[in-house]
Amino acid sequence: MTIKEIQEEIIDEFSMFDDWMQRYEYMIELGKSLPLIEEQYKTDDNLIKGCQSKVWVHAELDGDKLVFTADSDAIITKGIIAILVRAFSNQKPQDIIDADVEFIDEIGLKEHLSPTRANGLVSMIKQLKLYAVAYQTQLK
Amino acid sequence: MIETTLDIQAIRKDFPILQREVNGKPLVYLDNAATSQTPQQVIDAIVDYYQRYNANIHRGVHTLSQEATDAYEAARQKIQRHFNIAHSHEVIFTSGTTQSINLVATGFTSFLKEGDEILVSAMEHHSNIVPWQMLCERTGAILKVIPMNLEGELVMEEYHKLLSDKTKLVFCNHVSNALGTINPIEEIIEAAHKAGAAVLIDGAQAAAHIKADLQTLDVDFYTVSAHKMCGPTGVGMLYGKEEWLKKLPPYQGGGEMIAEVTFEKTTYADLPHKFEAGTPNICGGIAFGAALDYMNSIGFDAIAQYEDELVQYATEQLLAIEGLKIYGTAAHKTSVISFNIEGVHPYDIGTIVDKLGIAVRTGHHCAQPIMDFYRIPGTVRASFSFYNTKEEVDKLVEGVTRAKNMLL
Repeated sequence: MTIKEIQEEIIDEFSMFDDWMQRYEYMIELGKSLPLIEEQYKTDDNLIKGCQSKVWVHAELDGDKLVFTADSDAIITKGIIAILVRAFSNQKPQDIIDADVEFIDEIGLKEHLSPTRANGLVSMIKQLKLYAVAYQTQLK
Repeated sequence: MIETTLDIQAIRKDFPILQREVNGKPLVYLDNAATSQTPQQVIDAIVDYYQRYNANIHRGVHTLSQEATDAYEAARQKIQRHFNIAHSHEVIFTSGTTQSINLVATGFTSFLKEGDEILVSAMEHHSNIVPWQMLCERTGAILKVIPMNLEGELVMEEYHKLLSDKTKLVFCNHVSNALGTINPIEEIIEAAHKAGAAVLIDGAQAAAHIKADLQTLDVDFYTVSAHKMCGPTGVGMLYGKEEWLKKLPPYQGGGEMIAEVTFEKTTYADLPHKFEAGTPNICGGIAFGAALDYMNSIGFDAIAQYEDELVQYATEQLLAIEGLKIYGTAAHKTSVISFNIEGVHPYDIGTIVDKLGIAVRTGHHCAQPIMDFYRIPGTVRASFSFYNTKEEVDKLVEGVTRAKNMLL
């Protein structure tokens, strides 16, 4: 599936919920299903700055695709990063670079997109894209 | 039932913001240790200033300037009376506690030499650690830490042992913003003076709850931020004993702080203007005075008595939640409850209760060394004011319980 298709799938899933409680409960579920980063990669280098909770992200190439694993010590943050990993992992770096993130808005998590928000969603997206840029250069 | 002589519902009507909704729920504001809300009386003082007599002060001969100067200096006198300060020129208007501390830390550069010691308590806010570290880097002085115990109280025996003729300065908050501990500042000040050291007490967190009598305390410096006691942001005060303020060099150069300027030499203005370079936050200073008037009209004894009961009630109710642990259980504490639920990150709790209209703080509360001490990433902090109610405490407990059920 393309990033766009996955994003639409996520939007579909979230559209089933009527209120914030259900959305957050689903996010917590997603957080628990996050492909976890291996302990050896939980280093300060892989820590995303600007989050009140700790977020580690690791990226590696599988053929011409980039695979992300991650973890966080806060479960809601883990849910947010799980959504991002689902949308961007197993994709070509160039597609990750080109992808937009408006789906975050559409699933009712717009409040988390504010750059001052302590969970650092913006920092997370930036970090995933930075990895894509780095690996794109390597692929060339 | 909480016993009080205060009419809390009438008081709540003074605060327009308390009428608003957050995420479709009535706001429950429990982040008073970060900043307190502003009563209409203070908002009116701000509006009145800009509508009637906005002018630059201390220079103009015109009526507006005279009126603004009078109001600003009247506010200084209100602060003087409130804190029982000997002279109004010992009250320096600053942008707040952080600037007040930096003013003193910068000024002390010329008084310290290599090997001198500065004592700072283990429960300080970052703003009360970093300026002293910078001062030590400039002078070669050594920063030593007064330890605390698991209850969040300073270990006073260790403090007395740390004091020596090398100690030049002691810094401590009156009340810890992260734990709510009321520190024994009388003992700290007296012992420091016996050792020949000066003392700065950071009153930022205490001032909304305790009316400090600075002459009786005999403290050398005391700092306050107006926005933590019903005033606006961006204004606060530094109290300094006259003898110290005369010795300290000016902090910043500029207008207002000079007596005479030639290109060869400048002579500085008398106190307090020596430390008030540039056009000050005139409106803020006046509103600070209005905030003191407001709080005194309610009365600090009644405020303290009510807040103590509220915190006691909240402590009992929160502790009834299984797995909830309170950090900071000092015998003397005020208005702050810092807690975690086992297995849950404080950020997650903060996010869920915000959805319920409840404002609490999560994180390290600018006091990372305290979090390191307890080996936790942070806490959820509920902090109370006299306008909070028992019903709001119940909503907090309900919200935290709901968050716990969702998260675990």
